[in-house]
Amino acid sequence: MNLLRNFLDKQKPKFEKGGKMYKLHSVFTGFESFLFVPDKTTDSGAHIRDAVDLKRTMIVVVLALMPALLFGMYNIGYQHFGGATEGFWTIFLYGFLKVLPLIIVSYVVGLGIEFAAAQIRGHEINEGFLVTGMLIPMIIPIEAPLWMVAVATAFAVIIGKEIFGGTGMNIWNPALLARAFFFFSYPSQMSGDAVWIADKTDVISGATPLANAAQGFLDKIPDTATMFWGFIPGSVGETSTFCILIGAIILLCSGVGNLRVMFSVFLGGFLMACLLHGLLPETNSYSHISALQHLVMGGFAFGAVFMATDPVSSAQTNVGKIIYGFLIGVMAILIRVLNPGYPEGMMLAILLMNTFAPLIDWFVVQSNIRRRMNRIKINVNN
Amino acid sequence: MSKVIKLKKGLDIKLNGKAKKVLVKSNEAKVCAIKPTDFLNITPRLTVKSDFVVKTGDVLFADKKNPRIVFTSPVSGIVKAINRGERRKLLEIVIQCDEKHEFKDFGKANVNSLKREDIVSKLLESGIWPSIIQRPYAIVADPGITPKAIFVSGFDSAPLGPDYEFVLNDRKDDLQTGFDCLKQLCGKNVNLGLKNTNSIFSNFKNIEINYFYGPHPAGNTGVQIHHISPINKGENVWTVNIQDVAMIGHLFNTGKYDPEKIIAITGSEIKKPAYVKTFTGASVKSLLDDNLKGECNERIILGNVLTGEKTNEEGYVGYYTNQISVIPEGNHYEFLGWMVPGFDRFSATKMFPSFLTPKKHYSLDTNFHGERRAFVISGQYEKVFPMDIYPVYLLKAMLAEDIDKMEQLGIYEVAPEDFALCEFVCTSKIPVQRIVRQGLNLVMKETN
Repeated sequence: MNLLRNFLDKQKPKFEKGGKMYKLHSVFTGFESFLFVPDKTTDSGAHIRDAVDLKRTMIVVVLALMPALLFGMYNIGYQHFGGATEGFWTIFLYGFLKVLPLIIVSYVVGLGIEFAAAQIRGHEINEGFLVTGMLIPMIIPIEAPLWMVAVATAFAVIIGKEIFGGTGMNIWNPALLARAFFFFSYPSQMSGDAVWIADKTDVISGATPLANAAQGFLDKIPDTATMFWGFIPGSVGETSTFCILIGAIILLCSGVGNLRVMFSVFLGGFLMACLLHGLLPETNSYSHISALQHLVMGGFAFGAVFMATDPVSSAQTNVGKIIYGFLIGVMAILIRVLNPGYPEGMMLAILLMNTFAPLIDWFVVQSNIRRRMNRIKINVNN
Repeated sequence: MSKVIKLKKGLDIKLNGKAKKVLVKSNEAKVCAIKPTDFLNITPRLTVKSDFVVKTGDVLFADKKNPRIVFTSPVSGIVKAINRGERRKLLEIVIQCDEKHEFKDFGKANVNSLKREDIVSKLLESGIWPSIIQRPYAIVADPGITPKAIFVSGFDSAPLGPDYEFVLNDRKDDLQTGFDCLKQLCGKNVNLGLKNTNSIFSNFKNIEINYFYGPHPAGNTGVQIHHISPINKGENVWTVNIQDVAMIGHLFNTGKYDPEKIIAITGSEIKKPAYVKTFTGASVKSLLDDNLKGECNERIILGNVLTGEKTNEEGYVGYYTNQISVIPEGNHYEFLGWMVPGFDRFSATKMFPSFLTPKKHYSLDTNFHGERRAFVISGQYEKVFPMDIYPVYLLKAMLAEDIDKMEQLGIYEVAPEDFALCEFVCTSKIPVQRIVRQGLNLVMKETN
C-alpha cells in the first residue's frame, strides 16, 4: 500500500494548480479518493464525522443489487436453453457473457460523461453513477443492441443529471430515464415477444407474463411461485421477486433504503390491484389477475425496492415519502391494467411521481409553516 | 407544572476519555487571555493598553455598538500584549497574572430587594452580562429588552460533556442567588431542564423544572426551548449556562466577579481525564501539562467535539468553555477505506459492522471520512434533530439567502449547535453549522 501511496504522492503535484496535468485534476482526485479515503481533516463545525460517505452508500446499493443481477444472469441462460437442460455453470456462463457487455457499455459511457462533466465544471467526480450504471443493464431487455444502450445511457446522464448540476440535483431517476428514452425511441427493441430471451432459436413464445396478461393469454401466465422465484422472461434484473427482496433486506438493514417508500409502494399497488380485481368486468383479462400476482409480475418489485427509493428523486419529507410511495403503487397498477398501450406501468409511475415529489413535499413543508404561523396568531390573540 | 419530554430523535456518540468525577489540581496559570472573538455580535473597543495594571473585574474592552456591555479582566496583573490578526482584528488581550489576586468590589446585594435595572447594571459593569445569550441568533443578550423566558440546562448531553451536578455540588447558595437574579430579569421563573428526577438541582426556588429524556441533543437549550416555549418572530429568549448562573449568584453574594470554574478535561488522548478548577482565560498549557498521551498528533478543542473551537497548547480557555476535548488528528490516508468492513469505525448508519456493538466506546479522530458533495441522502438530519423543523429545507433557504423562507421555516428557534449532529451524520459532509451561522448573521443584519 505504501508503494501505491508514494506513487500517488509523487504524481499529485502534477495535477495541482499550476501543474502540467492540472486539466485532469478531477480525474486524478477521482481515482485517488477511490483508492484511499483522503487525509482531509475537519476544518469547521463538528470535529468528528460519521464514517459514512457517498461511496460507501453507493457500494451498499450495488451490493444489494447483486442477488438480482446474479440470478438475472442465470435466468438469461435458463430462458435461452428453455429450462435447466444444461449444467448450472453452462447456463450461468451463457447469461453472464450476455449481460457483461451491457454492464461494460453502461459504465464506460456513463462514467466517461461523468468524468468529462466533472472536468469541465471543475468539481469532483460524483459516485452516483456507480448505482445508475448497474441499474441500467438490469432494466432493459437482454437483446437490446449495445449502441442503443450507449445512447440511452448518454441521454440519461446528460439530460437526466448533468444539466441539472450532477448527482443530488436531478429531478428524475437517471436509470429510469434511460429506460424511458429507450422505450419511446426504439419501441420495437423494447417490447414485443422477441427481445426478452437471448438468441431465441425455437418457437416458444418469449412474451413476458405481463404481455400475456394484456393480450388475454391467461393460460400462458406462469403460476405465482414461478414468477416469485423469477424463472420467467423479462428484463435482466426484474424477474426474481425473491432476489429483489434479499436486496430490500440489505437496503433496509443498512438504513440506505427507505422503508416508508418501499412499504407504501407495495401497499398502494396491492390495494389498487385488489380494487381493480373486484371492479373490472369479466371480459377484461386483468380481472383474472390477483393482487398478489401483480406484485410479483413485471418490474413492480424491482421498481419499488431500487427505483422508487432513490433518495434524490423521491420525496424528501417523511410524510411526503409515504404519499409518494403510495401513489407510485397505485399509478403503476392503474397504467398496467387500464392503458392498453403499455404492458408495464412501473417505469412511468415512478417517473411521474418523481415529477410530483417536490409538490408533495411543498404541501408537507407548507403545513409545518402554517403551524408556525398559527402559533404567532394565537400569541397575538392572547 | 413541570413537563416531561421524551425525545427519540438524536444520537449519543460514545467516546473514550470521559472525565472521572475527581477534582485534580492544575498548575497555576501565569498568563491568561481574554478573546474578543468568543463573543458574537460584539465589536470590541479597547480601554486598556500594554503595561496597564488591572484588577480582577477591571474593564478591558467594551462593545462599540452598546458601550454598556463591557468585558472585564479575569485576573489581577499587567496587560502583557494585545494580539491582533488580519486587518488588525483584535484576537487576544494577554495578561500576566500577579500573585496579589486583587478584586474590584462591586458590592454585595440582596437580589430580591434590588430593582431589575440595578441588577442589569451590576451584571453589565462586572462583565458577567456576556454570559447571557439571546435567541434568536445566539448572540450576547441585548440589555435593553426583557425576554419572554430564561432557559438553563442542568445537564450537558454532548459527547464527554461535563456533569454539572458534580461541578456545582458545593455551590448551592450561589446557584440559588443566580436563579433569583434571573427571575428578576424576566419576571418569570427560570426554566431549568433536567434529565432525572433525583437531581441535586431540583430543590431550588424560583425555577420551573422540565424533564428531558433521550439522547443528545436533549441537553441543548435550543431543544428545550423548542418543546417548552418555542420562539416566534419578534420574541426573545435568553439562555445561561448553569455554571455561569453560579457565577452570577457569586457576584451578588460576595460583590466579586469570580471567573473561577471547573472544567472537564476529556478525550481519548488524555492520560487521566478528570475535572480541574481553573478560570476564564487560563492558558491551555497549564491545564494539559503532562496529561497528554503524546502518541500522535492531537487536536485540542475548547468545548465538545461537536461544537467546540480548535485551539492548541498555546491557546486560552474561552469565556464559554466548560470542557476541553483532546482527540487524535485524522490526517492519514486509508486504503479503500470506503470498502473495508471497518469494525472500529463509528457511524449513525448501519453500513459498518460497528452497529452490532452499540455499547462500544470509540476513539474517533478528526478525519473527514470522505469528500464534500451535494445533498443526496434524505431523512438523515431528521433522525438527529428533535424539533418540529425541516432542517434541510431551512438549510437550503439559508444557502439561497431567502429571508422570508428562513423565517417561515423556523430560523428564530435555532442556533448552530442544534445542527451539530446533522453535520456529524451528513453523508455529503456539508458544513452545516457554518451555513446556519451565516444564515443567522444575514437575518440579523437585514431585519435589525
